[in-house]
Amino acid sequence: MDLDFNAEENAFRDEVRAFLKAHLPTDISTRIGRGDDSQIAQDIPRWQGILHEHGWGAPAWPKAFGGTGWTTTQQYIFDVECALADAPIQLPFGLKMVAPVMMRYGSQEQQQRFLPRILCGDDWWCQGYSETGSGSDLASLKTRAVRDGDDYIVSGQKVWNTLGQYADWIFCLVRTDAGAKPQQGISFLLIDMKSPGVKVQPTRLLDGTHEVNEIWFDNVRVPAANRIGEENDGWTYAKFLLGHERTNIAGIGGSKRELQRLKAMAAARELDGKPLLEDALIATRIAQVEIDLTALEITNLRVIFDAEQKKAPGPEASMLKIRGTEIRQRIAELQVDVLGADALAFDGHGDSDDVPRAMADYLNLRKLSIYGGSNEIQRNIIAQMILRLRG
Amino acid sequence: MDFSFNEEQQMLLETTRRLIAKDYTFAQRMNIRDGSDGWSRETWAQFADLGLLALTIPEDDGGIGAGAIGAMLVSNAVGEGLLLEPFHASAIVATQAVMQLGNVDQRARWLPALAGGETIAVLAHDDANQGVGVEATPSAEGWTLRGHKHAVYHGDIADLLLVTARIQGGKELALFALPADAQGVTRHGYRTVDDQRAANLAFDNVSVSADARLGGDATDGVQAALDVGLAALCAEAVGALDRILAATIDYSRARKQFGVPIGSFQALQHRMADMLMYAEQARSMSYLATARCTDADAGVRRAALSAAKVSIGQAARFVGQQAVQIHGGMGMTDELDVSHYFKRLTAFELRSGTTDGHLRGLARGLVGK
Repeated sequence: MDLDFNAEENAFRDEVRAFLKAHLPTDISTRIGRGDDSQIAQDIPRWQGILHEHGWGAPAWPKAFGGTGWTTTQQYIFDVECALADAPIQLPFGLKMVAPVMMRYGSQEQQQRFLPRILCGDDWWCQGYSETGSGSDLASLKTRAVRDGDDYIVSGQKVWNTLGQYADWIFCLVRTDAGAKPQQGISFLLIDMKSPGVKVQPTRLLDGTHEVNEIWFDNVRVPAANRIGEENDGWTYAKFLLGHERTNIAGIGGSKRELQRLKAMAAARELDGKPLLEDALIATRIAQVEIDLTALEITNLRVIFDAEQKKAPGPEASMLKIRGTEIRQRIAELQVDVLGADALAFDGHGDSDDVPRAMADYLNLRKLSIYGGSNEIQRNIIAQMILRLRG
Repeated sequence: MDFSFNEEQQMLLETTRRLIAKDYTFAQRMNIRDGSDGWSRETWAQFADLGLLALTIPEDDGGIGAGAIGAMLVSNAVGEGLLLEPFHASAIVATQAVMQLGNVDQRARWLPALAGGETIAVLAHDDANQGVGVEATPSAEGWTLRGHKHAVYHGDIADLLLVTARIQGGKELALFALPADAQGVTRHGYRTVDDQRAANLAFDNVSVSADARLGGDATDGVQAALDVGLAALCAEAVGALDRILAATIDYSRARKQFGVPIGSFQALQHRMADMLMYAEQARSMSYLATARCTDADAGVRRAALSAAKVSIGQAARFVGQQAVQIHGGMGMTDELDVSHYFKRLTAFELRSGTTDGHLRGLARGLVGK
C-alpha cells in the first residue's frame, strides 16, 4: 500500500502543470476564476483547440481515435490540475458522453464523421434526455420518432438541456415503439441542431444564468443513418453512457480550488478585530470540510486503483458522486456564510471579485445533487448494487 | 499509488482472522468476558506463538518487522473480533515506546519478553487529557515519582509500566519503566464501556533506579509511539465498522415486518447507503493514518492522524447509532454482537483524543497554513 503517486505519475503531474502554465490563456483563467461565464461559447472551444494541438484533446479516449491513451490515474491528475489552474471545463457531452457510445456501438461511418470534430472542438454537442414528465424515471420518455422511408420524424420536447444554445448537434433518446415496455422501445438518435423544426428556448435559472434550455422538436426529419446501433436498443446505449467515465466524478480538483478560495476569503475578513479564519466556529466548519475532502480524495484514488486492476468501476462511482457533490455544495455554502450580508449583492457589482461569484455558485451548485442521477437515485444504486438490498 | 497488500501482509490478516474464527467467536468471547479475568491468556499465548506480538519489532531486534501496514491489518481483525486482550496497549504502543527510547540493553531486556507475551507492558501517558500528571524528582538511587495517571487501558493487568513524567522544575519529559508491583504504586482497575480493562494509577513516592529511565527527553519518542498506536487504533475501529455494518445489512434482509424484509424500505436503504459511505471514508482515512504515522515530519503525522481520528470517530458514531436503530429493540440487547460493536466504537471516539479535540486542533491549525 502506498498513497503517494509514483515517480512517473509525479513527472506527469509536473508536465501537466508546466503545460497549463505555458498554454492556458490568462484571460480565460481569469474569467473562470471569477465565475464569469459570459464568454464560454468562445472560451470552451478555444481551450479545446489548444488541448487538441498539444495532443491532449481527449484525455479519456484510446489512441486509436486520437485520444491520449492515458491511464485513469493520469486522467485524474489532469482533471485535478486543470481545475486548480482555473481552466475551463472540456464539454462532456461530446467527449465523455456521446463519443464513447459511438466508439462502442456506432458505425464506422459515424465514428469517422463525428469523432474528429469533437476532438478538435469544431462540433458542440448537447444532450437530449430529460423531459417534463421523465426525470429520474427516464425510461418513461415520450418524444416520438416515427419511421418515414430513410428518415425518422421526431416530435416532442426535451428539458434541462445544458448549453444547447451553442450546440451543433444533440444526442437524443426517443421512443420508436410506443407499444413495448418503457425500456424496450427507445432509440438513440443524433440530430443536427440546424434541422428545420428544432427550437431552443432558454430556461432562466435562479442564479440569473442561461445555462439550460427546453428543446422542441416539431416534425424534425432525421436520417435513419444518424441512429446509433439498433432501433429500440437505445436504453442499452444510454445505460452504457451513464456508467462510463465516472471515476473522476467526485470533482476533487474543483473542491480543492474552492477550499483554497474559502480559506483566503476567511483570512481576509475580520470578526471582532481578528481574522475570521481564527473564529472557532468558522475554522471548525472549514476544518471539517477539509477532512471530508481528504477522505474522499483517498476514496477516489482507491476507486481508480480498482478500476485499473480491472475490477470494473461499478456502483462505487455513486459514492463519489454523492460525497463529491455534497462537499462541493458545503464549500459553496461556507463561502456565502463567510461573506455574510456582503453576499447579498447579486448584480456583479459587489465590493470584490468573490462577492457575486460566491452567491451565484451557491445557488447554481444546488444542481449538483439533482443532475446526473440525483443523489437519492445514487443511494438507491448503492443499496441495490453494493448492499444487494431489494426494493 | 498502490492500494494492494503483499502476500505476507495478507497472511497476517488471514492468520489473525483464522484464530478469531476458531477460538474467538462471539459466543466464545462472551464466555471470556464473563470469566474471572475478563480476557483470555490462552489467546494471548496464541498471539505470541503466531508472532503477532512481535509485529512491529524490526527483524534486527528479533521481531517480524511488519511495520505500520502489518499493524493496520492485524488491528482490522482485532476490531472485527472485538478482542479483549492488551494487543494494542502492549504489542503496539508500549513496544513502540521501548523501541523508540530504549537503549541496546533495555531493548534486549524487554523486547523478547514483550514479543513472547511473558511481559505485558502499557504506556501510562495522558490518555484522558489530564496532562502528564506525574512528576520525577532526582534521588540518591535515581528518581522518585509522584502523581496520577487516568484511564490507562490494561493498566491493571500490566507487568511493566512505562510511565511518562515531567522532570521537576523543567519542561523535559522523561519515560520510566517500572514493575507494576513496585512499592508505592496503587492501581485502581475497572472495566471500560467496551468490556476491556483499564486502571487509574497512583504513584506515591515511587523510587526507581537511574537505569529505569528510557532515553533522554522522551517527548518525540513517546509521540512517535502514540502516533503508530493511534493509526492501529483507527484500524481496529475500521474492523468494527465493517462488522457492524455487515450485521446490520444481514439483519435488514432477514427481519420481516408488514410481510417484507425491512431492508426493502427506502428509508432504511438510504440510511445503510450512508452508513457504507461513512465506513468507506473511514477506511480511506485509516489508510492515510497508516501511511503517515511513521513520517519523519511530526506535523505531517499530526495532520493526518487528527483528520483520521475525526473522520473515523464520526463514522463510528453514525454507523454505530444507526446499526442499533435498524436492529430495533434487538440492538439494545447484550445478547447480540451489535451492541458490543457499538460500545467498542463509542470507546474509540473517546480514546487517544476525542473527535472534538482533534477537530479543534485542526481548526486552530488552519491559521498560517
